[in-house]
Amino acid sequence: MEKMSGGDLLLRALKDEGVELLFGYPGGAALHIYDAIYRQTDVRHILVRHEQAATHAADGYARVTGKVGSVLVTSGPGATNAITGIATAYMDSIPMVVISGQVPSSKIGEDAFQETDMMGVSRPIVKHSYMVQDPSEIPTIIRKAYYLAASGRPGPVVVDIPKDMTDPNNLYDYVFPEKVSIRSYTPNVKGHGGQIRKAATALLEAKKPVVYVGGGAIAAKGPELVTQLVQQLNVPITSTLMGLGAYPSSDKQFIGMLGMHGTYEANTAMHKSDLILAVGARFDDRVTNALDKFCPEAKIIHIDIDPASISKTIAAHIPIVGSVESVLTDLIKAVDQSKLSLDQDALQAWWNTINEWREKHGLYTKNRFDTSTDMIKPQEVVQAVHKVTQGKALVSTDVGQHQMFAAQYYLFDRPRHWITSGGLGTMGFGIPAAMGAQFADPEATVVCFTGEGSVQMCIQELSTCTQYKLPIKIININNQALGMVRQWQDMNYESRYAETLYEDSLPDFIKLAEAYGHVGIKVTKREELYEKLEECFAMKDRVVFMDIYVDQNEHVYPMQIPLQSVGDMMLSKTERTS
Amino acid sequence: MNKRIISILMENDPGALSRVVGLFSQRGYNIESLNVAPTEDDTISRLTLTTLGNDQKIEQITKNLNKIIDVIKLIELSESAYVERELMMIKVKAVGSLREEIKRSVDIFRGQIIDVTPNIYTIQLVGDNEKLTAFIRAVGEAVVLEVVRTGISGISRGDKVLSL
Repeated sequence: MEKMSGGDLLLRALKDEGVELLFGYPGGAALHIYDAIYRQTDVRHILVRHEQAATHAADGYARVTGKVGSVLVTSGPGATNAITGIATAYMDSIPMVVISGQVPSSKIGEDAFQETDMMGVSRPIVKHSYMVQDPSEIPTIIRKAYYLAASGRPGPVVVDIPKDMTDPNNLYDYVFPEKVSIRSYTPNVKGHGGQIRKAATALLEAKKPVVYVGGGAIAAKGPELVTQLVQQLNVPITSTLMGLGAYPSSDKQFIGMLGMHGTYEANTAMHKSDLILAVGARFDDRVTNALDKFCPEAKIIHIDIDPASISKTIAAHIPIVGSVESVLTDLIKAVDQSKLSLDQDALQAWWNTINEWREKHGLYTKNRFDTSTDMIKPQEVVQAVHKVTQGKALVSTDVGQHQMFAAQYYLFDRPRHWITSGGLGTMGFGIPAAMGAQFADPEATVVCFTGEGSVQMCIQELSTCTQYKLPIKIININNQALGMVRQWQDMNYESRYAETLYEDSLPDFIKLAEAYGHVGIKVTKREELYEKLEECFAMKDRVVFMDIYVDQNEHVYPMQIPLQSVGDMMLSKTERTS
Repeated sequence: MNKRIISILMENDPGALSRVVGLFSQRGYNIESLNVAPTEDDTISRLTLTTLGNDQKIEQITKNLNKIIDVIKLIELSESAYVERELMMIKVKAVGSLREEIKRSVDIFRGQIIDVTPNIYTIQLVGDNEKLTAFIRAVGEAVVLEVVRTGISGISRGDKVLSL
């Protein structure tokens, strides 16, 4: 048997686990590991400029590929810098393994240099964590960490490795377990047959059904099966922010995103429906609005792999614990075998009503934003990018108004093309996530929608883009204000703009992009928008930073009215639903 | 809001307890009492936890506890017939005529005096939560110097067994 050091055990285990890319940043406690990286060629390390970016890049890579994202950081500040990215992945159930260096085990607890209790600090935001206590355990722990991260409800797993565990002078046998089993962990994949038959009956008896999909529907064959079921029954489908792309957005059965900034037709259909089939969604507060007013007439079928997500906020009438893939496969079978069938007259009437809503206030029947001024509207920017990229780009975002506009107007027809921080709402996510997406698919066009606020939270990664030649396209929707906060200040604080303006302190983004070796293009006039975007996307092998000045006064609508039902919305600055 | 007792089998690992306790503070659940010790299999600890909540809350608590990787198995004991016990050691002032009176109370409650000085009795008492509280009331809070309670431990009645 081959003898090797802890550092080499780790790298060999990562290789055997199929890890191709490791996003990271070196430091004292991780130096033995970095030396092991230097001495091998199987696992490629990507040097970012800040540990937060390492986690977001791994996250972007995971969202596009469906594989586990891998991160390596040092102890102390390296580990704590990774925390925001771990929390982001945790909230959105993204599979990730974060390996952190730690001070030598003899020094733990002594407040040693760069010591942080990473196990403790990360505990509430990880699926699980390990601290290596014996180097020979490293391959098994790595195997378990990847298994946990990817299976069941995915999530981040931390592996904390004290420096002495990777000491090059101590050698151990390498044993990589073929399979690991964890006696306390058996995710329930297959749904309960009786519940599934009940769900099929309820679904077929409904007169006003809506399918509501979330991020859980993106996994495995979820999108395929969702599409099959929805089209077979000809029922309307809405999606959460996280579920976009599970069903083709440009299809007529898609009624738009629901929730706080969901479409009028989606939110209204939910509110009026008599049956909701929730697939891998978790009824979070950005969807439900006031819980006591939530969809009063609807019977709720809730499919989720995480039992704790079911009946957490909204009680399900028919709960089904299982993977979306397995449960939908069985549900489609049950629907096929059922003697019942949907009441076609009722369904037609339901579609007629929904189509009236679409016509009246829908985002896609005509432009709902004012285009009478010279100012470029942020919505137009997203529409233009969609057109120029033919809707095929991998799209990451930061957080704020631009994120919501991107969700509303970049119609996603494929899963794993939409990379956004939904649960945690992490500003600074966009650029590093776009880098991860570009690594995942080097041939793809990768767009990062951002704003002049968010982009400055991880802008140092423009340097990483230079080093690895990652030709991402940054669409900076520049309204010279922290737009979403400003919108809330307009709506709730009589336009008192507390700390949402920069007083002419913004950098010249064009020069900044150029300083990193990239191309910067400034757009201020509407008539230039398409032309400049064409120019941008024609530069296949360059990073292009598009600095696009837009109307500062634009708000994101629809917007649910707080403490009301799903269907109570502001439709513009002056109009509201009854 | 009823008192609920949850029994948990979990890995006897250093991080396991902090994950369980952390869950309660993270999700805003409260812990009335908690005790933990290894079982006959020293890789497994058994933890008994008392909390307050309605059915919906207890369901969320048990689901979230089950999600903790170190938690192997759990039951809500109070869902069916069970026996609960708690051990209390209590130090009381015992002087003059009180000495005889306290001794009588100890006998009535089937406790034992496990340490004696001219002025003090240290008493051991086993029972359910209410019995221990009743004893404190019986001797009178004025004489109580120190109370140590282990928190509730419990086990199902009859054939029902919580094991791997």
